Amino acid sequence: MAGTAAPIDVNGHQEEPVVIFEHVSIGFDRKQVLEDISFKVRRGETRILLGPAGVGKSVLLKLANGLLKPDSGRIFVFGQEVSAMREEDLFALRGSIGTVFQEGALFDSLNVRDNVGFRLEEEHVAEDEITKRVTEALRFVELEQAIYKFPSELSGGMRRRVAIARAIVTNPDLLLYDSPTGGLDPITSTTIIELVVKQRDVYQTSSLLVTHRLQDAFMMATHRFNRETNQMEPLPEDRINANTSFLMLHDRKLVFDGTTHDLVHSSDPFIRGYIA
Amino acid sequence: MPLATLDTSARKYVLAVQQYVLLSARALGNVARKPFYGADVITQADSIGVGSLPIVLLTGFFLGGVLALQSSSTLAQFGAAAFTGQLVSFSMIKEIGPVVTSLMVSGRNASGMASELGSMMVTEQIDAMRALGTDPLKKLVMPRIVATIVMNFFLTILSDAVGILGGGLVSVMMLGQDGTQYFNTSYQSLQYPDIIQGLVKPVVFGFIIATIGCFYGMSTRGGTQGVGRSTTQAVVVSSVLIIASDFIISRFLIGILGR
Repeated sequence: MAGTAAPIDVNGHQEEPVVIFEHVSIGFDRKQVLEDISFKVRRGETRILLGPAGVGKSVLLKLANGLLKPDSGRIFVFGQEVSAMREEDLFALRGSIGTVFQEGALFDSLNVRDNVGFRLEEEHVAEDEITKRVTEALRFVELEQAIYKFPSELSGGMRRRVAIARAIVTNPDLLLYDSPTGGLDPITSTTIIELVVKQRDVYQTSSLLVTHRLQDAFMMATHRFNRETNQMEPLPEDRINANTSFLMLHDRKLVFDGTTHDLVHSSDPFIRGYIA
Repeated sequence: MPLATLDTSARKYVLAVQQYVLLSARALGNVARKPFYGADVITQADSIGVGSLPIVLLTGFFLGGVLALQSSSTLAQFGAAAFTGQLVSFSMIKEIGPVVTSLMVSGRNASGMASELGSMMVTEQIDAMRALGTDPLKKLVMPRIVATIVMNFFLTILSDAVGILGGGLVSVMMLGQDGTQYFNTSYQSLQYPDIIQGLVKPVVFGFIIATIGCFYGMSTRGGTQGVGRSTTQAVVVSSVLIIASDFIISRFLIGILGR
């Protein structure tokens, strides 16, 4: 919470990974969900976490911002061990992390302006400044006209875009996307992925994106955002985004950690079956 | 197998009690910690206090009336019908006012808190709040606890007053008693220990209502069905705790205050 805890040094050493998972395991009701998960997210990197539904992708994301505690292993975000921090101390750290939840998780009693500006209100930013920054964030997701609407008045795609605006309004240093295109039609999904690519290429924000939709994942790896045309466009033939790489979960374990090239050329039968 | 089931159930209940104590302690501790959500306290006080006013006044009035109606015939058998006012004021201030007001507030607000927070839980709004760097115990639970304690205290005073008034109206208009005598015996027989008892109870009951409502709301799992279950449990548990703790508080305060 602003003003109540020591500020988090998000810059740290520039080479130091933003997120580190070390042998993390977690289970619920005696059922193991994730087992011995280890990976890193480097500064400016986008890691796409793939896996079938129900494999624990959202759990992993909640572990990353301390909403859940692992049963064993350690998790570091900006050099802070979130797996060992008290809830009170985590609030300051979360100020530097933007999270987009699966269904948007917008506050249904607040309008779009108050949803997007929630964190700014909590930090006691002046009302004029809040309106300005909320408008900017909504312009980024092309939803300026919906500023005074309530979540119940928005479509599923619009809610996700508002959730993205809420996550980026404070210019976070790490973005966590939990299935931002889940349950959306292909056109709306492309719009959402375009926003994620825009955030990646314009602001170079480190991010961890969870999805089970391969087409979204490959679109992110094979497209870039053109600032001049203000549109997403495919990369030239045989080129892929070097800052986008993949993780894959299967049966509680991390079965893949590597580049797009490694993923498509993997000989692992599960991975081949998944991407086929 | 039955032993294992018993063991699992016992663990579940012990864990629930532990979580309830932790939630209550952290929410209370937050009263003294910054930021203090004053605007949220006022909003909740309006919703809980002003919103509950009609039902509390109505129940208080009719309870005072029926108390006078029932007790006067019994008192008349001993030639003590003149003490109807004393009996009504004693009963309203020490027992019926605090207990019935709290049960009404519990029925209306513990359920409201459990369903509101429960819905936020199952739609990940509570997680979103935590992810946005705001402590839901400070922003959502603390204002509800403070508002319920304060408003339950004042609602009980109002309920006591209209209850005594209701008893007075019944005594005068239906039982043909003297109004001055009724209000004189009501007022003069009261002593500070009686007032203290009547004012301590709503504070404790208000705490029970808010913490139980928030606890069940914040521990909601399992979609809309879970929200319904939490709402029902919040009302049942807070009502039972109010009545059980009423006995303990009465015994304790009678021991200390001597009446």
